[in-house]
Amino acid sequence: MENRITDIGPPHYWQFLPPVIQRNYGKWKSHEIIQPGVIKYKAESGEVVYAVRCGTPRLETTDYVREICEIADKYCDGYVRWTTRNNVEFHVTDEEKLRALLEDLKSRKHPGGSYKYPVGGTGASVTNIVHTQGWIHCHTPAIDASGVVKAIMDEIFDYFGSHKLPAQVRMALACCLNMCGAVHCSDIAVVGIHRKPPLVEDERLEKVCEIPLVIASCPLGAIKPATAEVGGEKKKTVRVNVDRCMFCGNCYTMCPAMPISDGQGDGIAIVVGGKVSNRISPPKFSKVVIPYIPNEPPRWPTTVKWIKKILETYSKHANKYERVGDWIERIGWERFFELTEIPFTWHLIDDYRLAYDTYRTSVHFKFTSHVETVTEIEY
Amino acid sequence: MGEVKKHDTPLMDELKSGPWPSFVDDIYSYAEKHKKQAGFDIMGQMELSYKNKETHWKHGGIVGVFGYGGGVIGRYSDQQEKFPAIWAFHTVRVNQPAAKWYHSSALRKLCDLWDHRGSGIMNLHGSTGDIILLGTVTEQLEYIFYDLTHQLNMDLGGSGSNLRTPECCMGMSRCEWSCIDTQDMIHEFTNQFQDELHRPAFPYKFKIKISGCPNDCVAAIARSDFSIIGTWRDDIRIDQEAVRAYVGGELKPNAGAHSDRDWGPFDIKKEVIDLCPTKCMHWDEGQKKLYINNAECNRCMHCINVMPEALRPGLDTGATILMGAKAPILEGAQLSTVIIPFIKTEPPYDNIKNLIYKVWDYWMENGKNRERLGETIQRIGLNRFIVDVLGLKPLPQHVREPRSNPYIFWKEEEVEGGWTRDVAEFRKRHPA
Ligand code: HEM
Ligand code: HEM
Ligand code: HEM
Ligand code: SF4
Ligand code: SF4
Ligand code: SF4
Ligand code: SF4
Repeated sequence: MENRITDIGPPHYWQFLPPVIQRNYGKWKSHEIIQPGVIKYKAESGEVVYAVRCGTPRLETTDYVREICEIADKYCDGYVRWTTRNNVEFHVTDEEKLRALLEDLKSRKHPGGSYKYPVGGTGASVTNIVHTQGWIHCHTPAIDASGVVKAIMDEIFDYFGSHKLPAQVRMALACCLNMCGAVHCSDIAVVGIHRKPPLVEDERLEKVCEIPLVIASCPLGAIKPATAEVGGEKKKTVRVNVDRCMFCGNCYTMCPAMPISDGQGDGIAIVVGGKVSNRISPPKFSKVVIPYIPNEPPRWPTTVKWIKKILETYSKHANKYERVGDWIERIGWERFFELTEIPFTWHLIDDYRLAYDTYRTSVHFKFTSHVETVTEIEY
Repeated sequence: MGEVKKHDTPLMDELKSGPWPSFVDDIYSYAEKHKKQAGFDIMGQMELSYKNKETHWKHGGIVGVFGYGGGVIGRYSDQQEKFPAIWAFHTVRVNQPAAKWYHSSALRKLCDLWDHRGSGIMNLHGSTGDIILLGTVTEQLEYIFYDLTHQLNMDLGGSGSNLRTPECCMGMSRCEWSCIDTQDMIHEFTNQFQDELHRPAFPYKFKIKISGCPNDCVAAIARSDFSIIGTWRDDIRIDQEAVRAYVGGELKPNAGAHSDRDWGPFDIKKEVIDLCPTKCMHWDEGQKKLYINNAECNRCMHCINVMPEALRPGLDTGATILMGAKAPILEGAQLSTVIIPFIKTEPPYDNIKNLIYKVWDYWMENGKNRERLGETIQRIGLNRFIVDVLGLKPLPQHVREPRSNPYIFWKEEEVEGGWTRDVAEFRKRHPA
């Protein structure tokens, strides 16, 4: 094409900053959340700006974005910002405009009755769930993403627009173990998992896959080269040692002739207790507490039930400022399972490499209801 | 053009109810208004996935714009007969402006472009930060790219084994805690590394993310190979007047984050002093004065978060550089590890750029196919990476605790007399 230009990079952010932000860039003094979803920032100059935060579904159409533009034009001279957690933020400098904006946002609804721009997601709340693509767009998911998020957020909506929790609760969802959605460091997260080994399409494999790469892709060394007879013809292919497979789907990423998705086998694992912030305690990984829940579209009731149960048990028992993981570490994981009534199964004891890190190597534990007195062992 | 065809989608329709914004309602409203078959077909295919509990997208497919190796992800339906309008549904990643600020004039142009050349469906934003345009065909890609660069002054982001689109927290644009200019740094790095962003030459993906302070709002420590986190070296600034206002109840703790529950009156001992992880704070009840032993503070941000009017990070600011975060695939999840405890960040950030180039040079040479930087570091050892590769001094800040096993890989030059020994000499001393 004529006059093609490349590598110009993103537009410079400065032109998109509202004038009040430009004037006080790097000179902010403090902030206050005046109500859930509304943060008031004060600059050293004495100037003030209110940021109004709204939840969005992340998966959206240009009409939805145009409506955001229309709101931004009406109240904010066209300026608008998104957060890392897919919330949208409007900025105003006076209180009258703020009230009008909040009223306006509340009145905007979809035909089915859902709010288009619910206000919240600040402070000790559940903010928007970071999530991935799922069945709308990806080729490896075990579960949907946007639909599961919608089902969860509908059920715990009250915690988005209020400050009732002991601390903020960050949720995330990833529809497969690739975890584009960064769930390993979230307070509560949902991960899609496969539970059947990949299918091997013998007649297609050598044409579409590089066999050495496929073999190398398996973290468990479960794949070995093989030859198969298809219609009297010898074909180069692979075999999976199914006893070693942990269903990560990595081989499918490398080789389209090894599909892994399965309507019956796939489902959801729940992981909890992770965090990213360095506040008080160091960042930590989330831990698996429910290894499998079946896929239940369109509203995933079992998943939603357990997430709500974990959230509310935490809310009832944790101290002020205590993140989910810090609360669990204080009371002990055995107590966590007792309080949430989540069944503890053998899948929750790690058997992946370096698993020893998670074994208990002290006698510092509590006698929760799980422990039965052993008087006799049957051989 | 013929009539648009709406599919029967009872399961998807269930997701219209409830208070949280419904993407189903949004997509249907859009498809009806614009008579867009793609909107109906995508809902039809989703319905099928909801029924079968399996995705209906085929595996991958390489597509792209001329001269770039990344930025576009190919996608094809495995139900092309049933849903012809989405037979191909490629994703375009567009590099977002730093910290995701926009003006409606730019966003509207993007919407117009996407109505015209794509499905009208998008993500604001993808998990890596880019604007994601979902759903177009190969023939449109060059036109999209042309419109983006010429009309919108925008460019593609990264995908594949290259530098992924760098991302930062809102930093100085709105946050009083930002110790560094996260947006300026991200803009500078993104432009400097355009080649690495658009032309895959790495063993695997590489992410750079910057947070202005240890609260780490973009999760740099958890999801970037190269994590930069703003910090300070001197004393926390204290406004004793404001501290007294918190103690007296005139100011709400944690900026009002707990407003919907009665947690009782603010108790500075219980809520700040006792929760400080290093126990370096002291509230003198008689003097009504807060003391911080700053030398012991590990800058966790808790006290500052609780009393934002009273406490602020110090003025000798810079950044901590950490490396190696990744999700579980392949070798298990890793958080980034401290590599440089403190570095000054002055534009144009040549010191950090040089460090990045140094890491890339080594990783491109030594990283295995699909091995993230964190895995390469694990394989060769953090100590070798720090000392031999980067030429840095080993510090206690690099570890939580020193090793507990004495299986040390000594190098020959470290051992007096080297490793070559004479068996005959040995046997003279020790007859067999
Ligand atoms: C400890 C390790 C990791 C954590 C905690 C983590 C967490 C996250 C989070 C929170 C996000 C998006 C958050 C947001 O939108 O604000 C994200 C994005 C992403 N992560 Fe990770 N991540 C980790 C490692 C990995 C690894 C190893 C991979 C791939 C093998 C990966 C793939 C991705 C991708 C592809 C995205 C962006 C997806 C997109 O562009 O839509 N992450 N990660
Ligand atoms: C790298 C490996 C190891 C290191 C660095 C190590 C280190 C130590 C140290 C420093 C102590 C003294 C603790 C104290 O003073 O309170 C100790 C005690 C002990 N270690 Fe180890 N140890 C190692 C491996 C082992 C192994 C493999 C075993 C047994 C199979 C073992 C069994 C013990 C026992 C029984 C004691 C005595 C505890 C006591 O009487 O207080 N250690 N070890
Ligand atoms: C760094 C390596 C090791 C160290 C430092 C170490 C140290 C020790 C120590 C301190 C004890 C306890 C002695 C006592 O109770 O007074 C011990 C006992 C023992 N170690 Fe090791 N050990 C090591 C490796 C091993 C290995 C690799 C094995 C076996 C594969 C092993 C098997 C045993 C056994 C069987 C005992 C006796 C336990 C008992 O008394 O019931 N050790 N070791
Ligand atoms: S998490 Fe897995 S299934 Fe989901 S978008 Fe990422 S790669 Fe696709
Ligand atoms: S799914 Fe994972 S563990 Fe199983 S064979 Fe494939 S790569 Fe190996
Ligand atoms: S990471 Fe720190 S500086 Fe950046 S937005 Fe969060 S609190 Fe502010
Ligand atoms: S920042 Fe954290 S460690 Fe430092 S004084 Fe405050 S609470 Fe203590």
